[in-house]
Amino acid sequence: MSNNIVIAAVVAGAVGLGAGYALFSGQAPKTVEKETVTSAPAGAGTLDEVRARGKLNCIINTGLAGFAAPDDKGNWTGFDVDFCKAVAAAVLGDATKVNYTTATGKTRFTKLAAGEGEVLSRNTTWTFSRDVDLAQTFIGVNYYDGQGFMVPKSLGVKSAKGLDGASVCIQTGTTTELNLAEFFAGNNMKYNPVPIETNAEAQELYKSGRCDVYTTDASGLYATLMSFDNKDDHMVLPEVVSKEPLGPVVRHGDDQWADIVSWVLRAMMAAEEKGITSANVKELAAKDNKDKEINRLLGKDPLQGISKLGLSPDWAVNVISQVGNYAESFERNLYPLTIQRGLNALSKDGGLHYIPPIK
Amino acid sequence: MTFLSNIWRNEKSREIIIQIFVLFCIGWLLSWLVMNVNANFKALGKDISFEFLFIPAGYDINQYLIDYNNRDSHLRAGIVGLLNTGLVAIFGIILATVMGVALGIIRLSKNWLASKLAYWYVEFTRNVPILLHILLWHGIIINTFPQTRQAINFGDLTFLSNRGFYLPKPITESGIEFVYLCFVISLIFSVLFTKYAKKKQDLTGIQYPVFWINTAVIIILPSLAFLLSGLPISFEIPVLKGFNFRGGLHMSPELAALTFALGIYTAAFIAEIVRAGILAIDKGQKEAAESIGLKPSKVMNLVILPQARRVIIPPLTSQYLNLTKNSSLAIAIGYMDLVATLGGISLNQTGREMETMVIVMLIYLSVSLSISAFMNWYNSKVKLVGR
Amino acid sequence: MTENAYKPGSYPDLPPPPGTVGVYGWIKNNLFSSISNTLLTIISAILLYYLIDGIIGWFLFDAVYDAESKIECRKIDSGACWAVITKRVGQFVYGFYPEAERWRIDISFLTMFIAFAPLLYPDIPKRKWLLWFSLVYPFLAYILIMGGYFGLQKIEYSLFGGFMLTVILGVSGIVCSLPIGILLALGRQSNLTVVRTISICFIEFMRGVPLITLLFVASSMLNYFMPPGTNFSILVRVIIMFTFFSAAYIAEVIRGGIQAIPKGQYEAADALGMSYWQKTRFITLPQALKISIPGIMNTFIGLYKDTTLVVVIGLLDPLGIGRAALADTKWNGLSTETYLFVALFFFVSCFAMSRYSLWLENKLNTDQK
Repeated sequence: MSNNIVIAAVVAGAVGLGAGYALFSGQAPKTVEKETVTSAPAGAGTLDEVRARGKLNCIINTGLAGFAAPDDKGNWTGFDVDFCKAVAAAVLGDATKVNYTTATGKTRFTKLAAGEGEVLSRNTTWTFSRDVDLAQTFIGVNYYDGQGFMVPKSLGVKSAKGLDGASVCIQTGTTTELNLAEFFAGNNMKYNPVPIETNAEAQELYKSGRCDVYTTDASGLYATLMSFDNKDDHMVLPEVVSKEPLGPVVRHGDDQWADIVSWVLRAMMAAEEKGITSANVKELAAKDNKDKEINRLLGKDPLQGISKLGLSPDWAVNVISQVGNYAESFERNLYPLTIQRGLNALSKDGGLHYIPPIK
Repeated sequence: MTFLSNIWRNEKSREIIIQIFVLFCIGWLLSWLVMNVNANFKALGKDISFEFLFIPAGYDINQYLIDYNNRDSHLRAGIVGLLNTGLVAIFGIILATVMGVALGIIRLSKNWLASKLAYWYVEFTRNVPILLHILLWHGIIINTFPQTRQAINFGDLTFLSNRGFYLPKPITESGIEFVYLCFVISLIFSVLFTKYAKKKQDLTGIQYPVFWINTAVIIILPSLAFLLSGLPISFEIPVLKGFNFRGGLHMSPELAALTFALGIYTAAFIAEIVRAGILAIDKGQKEAAESIGLKPSKVMNLVILPQARRVIIPPLTSQYLNLTKNSSLAIAIGYMDLVATLGGISLNQTGREMETMVIVMLIYLSVSLSISAFMNWYNSKVKLVGR
Repeated sequence: MTENAYKPGSYPDLPPPPGTVGVYGWIKNNLFSSISNTLLTIISAILLYYLIDGIIGWFLFDAVYDAESKIECRKIDSGACWAVITKRVGQFVYGFYPEAERWRIDISFLTMFIAFAPLLYPDIPKRKWLLWFSLVYPFLAYILIMGGYFGLQKIEYSLFGGFMLTVILGVSGIVCSLPIGILLALGRQSNLTVVRTISICFIEFMRGVPLITLLFVASSMLNYFMPPGTNFSILVRVIIMFTFFSAAYIAEVIRGGIQAIPKGQYEAADALGMSYWQKTRFITLPQALKISIPGIMNTFIGLYKDTTLVVVIGLLDPLGIGRAALADTKWNGLSTETYLFVALFFFVSCFAMSRYSLWLENKLNTDQK
């Protein structure tokens, strides 16, 4: 008897499986189609979604000095946070309308893919496989970085080539571990990796002497150096072993949204180039400037296609008046860490930021 | 209508109907989930494939029990991680068992101060999350031990610093096979002797000092062989060269912190289990044993513990399993276990969260199931012998 | 003979022999009764001395409670720098919940005790009325904390953090997992092969994998299993995983309770002609639940402690808030203080829970006798 029950049950399960499969497989293409036309995660309409919600969801670091960290009052501040605010200012007219979602190096792409945020602004390196294989859209570079090494001066090391056999603290979840492996293998050197998830903890390990060397993006190294009581005992080695173009990321598939986010970034840089700051933007927006590009940026003269982007003409005014231009954000957040403009200066000042004309 | 209600009233047929219905629902649910995954993956342009396991991992791992370098595959990186998980689990289990049993007995001791101390230790330890234990222990080891150059030196052979513990590493030379052989022989002897002694005791009541004889045989026979075959072992001694000690056996501070944290945390639970197990033994057993003039240590070893063992083993097994699963928190301090390699960096580099997580979960599941199967078998064996 | 001076029955109680009672006697009996015992006492005392000597100064007397940064702390005194906690105590408790709305959290947590009181203390007066309140409470708390109704400002999940997040995750996980755990336990003991197999598979799976992998699934994969376009918050996903995880453990605890019930009980119920559900409702569950209460409490405490793991997927529980504080250049390097503070919080709340469970256990024990 019990045998019969088992057989009957197995048959029923198979029938259920089959029925479900038949039903849902018939449905599947339909859902996919509907989804690409209307709503998230990958579809268009991100702008409408953000407008309807009245808030921008922005994915940021769980805590990295200068880029994203909460102050004593609980307000997020930093270079990456400023960019979230700028997008909110452009899209919603109010830089404070942002929900911050924190992500670790590991969870950030899945969070973006799952639709938990519209913008990923978390010092993310632009690489081929992330762009193509993980189906993300990198909309530009807001910070040119490179992986460097920090050592105590007492070690007497002058070059990264002299690090054979060292213990190296690495921040994981990034491109760092691969760069490191390639650098050391390329120079026929051995090392002892100590992988750590967060910057704060990696610093502790380095300070305690658990590692000889701390490696991460150069910006992170300077941030770390700033937090030391005895800054002069440590140095950053001259070698930069990788290219780390960091930038905001959005999901594949919504070109309008990608354009908005990328032009917010360019508007901040263009504002610096044209000398527009949060202090004088209102004044410049009110008058007719000789430089017609300023007029177009600030909505005085018509900018072709701005309506296609779905933004109001004063979008850039909102961004610059509420957040500031690129230089202001940089100075506010990164100068305290003694980070210089260097590669991140505008091209006219010898840096790499070359802004397409606002025409 | 009456036919239908008859079917429902009949117990057997009702059971069949219910089971068919349940299975149908489960099948429906499963196919729904699978279809959803399909649709989502199609929308994101993803697929399910395990080919990534065989491409080079590209990252380095600081502790490997089998050869590994960054040109090896993700699969091998995962195996290295799995072995690291196993290593820390074994260390942790040993520490937890020793400490836990000792604490459990101290808690029952008549000494007020010691038992109170043990009580507060247990309460404090088990009421703080394991993740905090791990972080705190790591912090303590990193910050209190000296740096490499000031390492605590034990006769130029063994060094202790905040980069870990460096021991001389034995390197075997030819002739060592003879020593291994003697070791195996002495093990076989001790097993047979134990059986013989037990039989003898059952028959005649004569007790041999089985433990001491076995220990002596296991130590002396291989040592003799070792001497006779001309000391076929040399030691590779750690030397401070460049930045670090080179050579020798190395126990990293991460491994040490994880072992301590897991061992100490689990020991608190084991102490409670041991205490409950001892308390579960009827008081009369102890009194009877004392009244026939057994020494307190004999009362414990021969009367109480063998009986308590039966009560203790099932919950002890689940503590061991918990310890093994908790070792996955290694990720917080950078110990490269299975979750940190395959479920961490590999996941990150390849973006295949579905595949890596399925593999990691299946591995843990099979380890848990096989350990609990083994312990069930052992448990039933102990029971059978005991009653 | 002096003894004859007393009448029968009026012999006075002699004082106990010296050295068996009083402070001296107690010390002798409990600390120095034998050589090994004396040794143990001395070792314990030395251990205790070093522990107190080493910690108290750093922890209390040399500690700094108010400063603007770590550097300032170090200038004031050499001990712990608790300023990182005092400056950010709001964040540690409420996360990023807007300051003006924090009264909502306070009220919902205070009323939580009222809602739990009739469940935790069976002798409370007006228990029936309070039970109705307990039933309504989850909805009340949801509305209060989330907002969006009755003119309350809607608060986003992403602002949740700190101890508030711990309590929300812990309590909702606990409340949701109990009914599921009971069903699973019944399923595992069921006569129906299919139901039993499914229950066993679910329980063994959940117990066999580490919670951290389940949380990864919640954070990165759960959305793939839902129809395209569905997007529910990470908080809900994490609660679902916590619920499943602890339901499996609770199921095992309750199964132990069910198996401990004497067979005669079922036979008697069968003899009375009770149906399966009547048997479950009136015979099995009341007895099984009573037996398994300590086990259930332990599972709850475990779940509560396990909420710290959410830091690994980027949620800002107290540990996450602490780490974010450490990322601030002002407070960088104060990890010991931060971790100890969080540890202390967990110790206090978990210890209280385990004391309660002990109390309940004793109470139920006397009931049985």
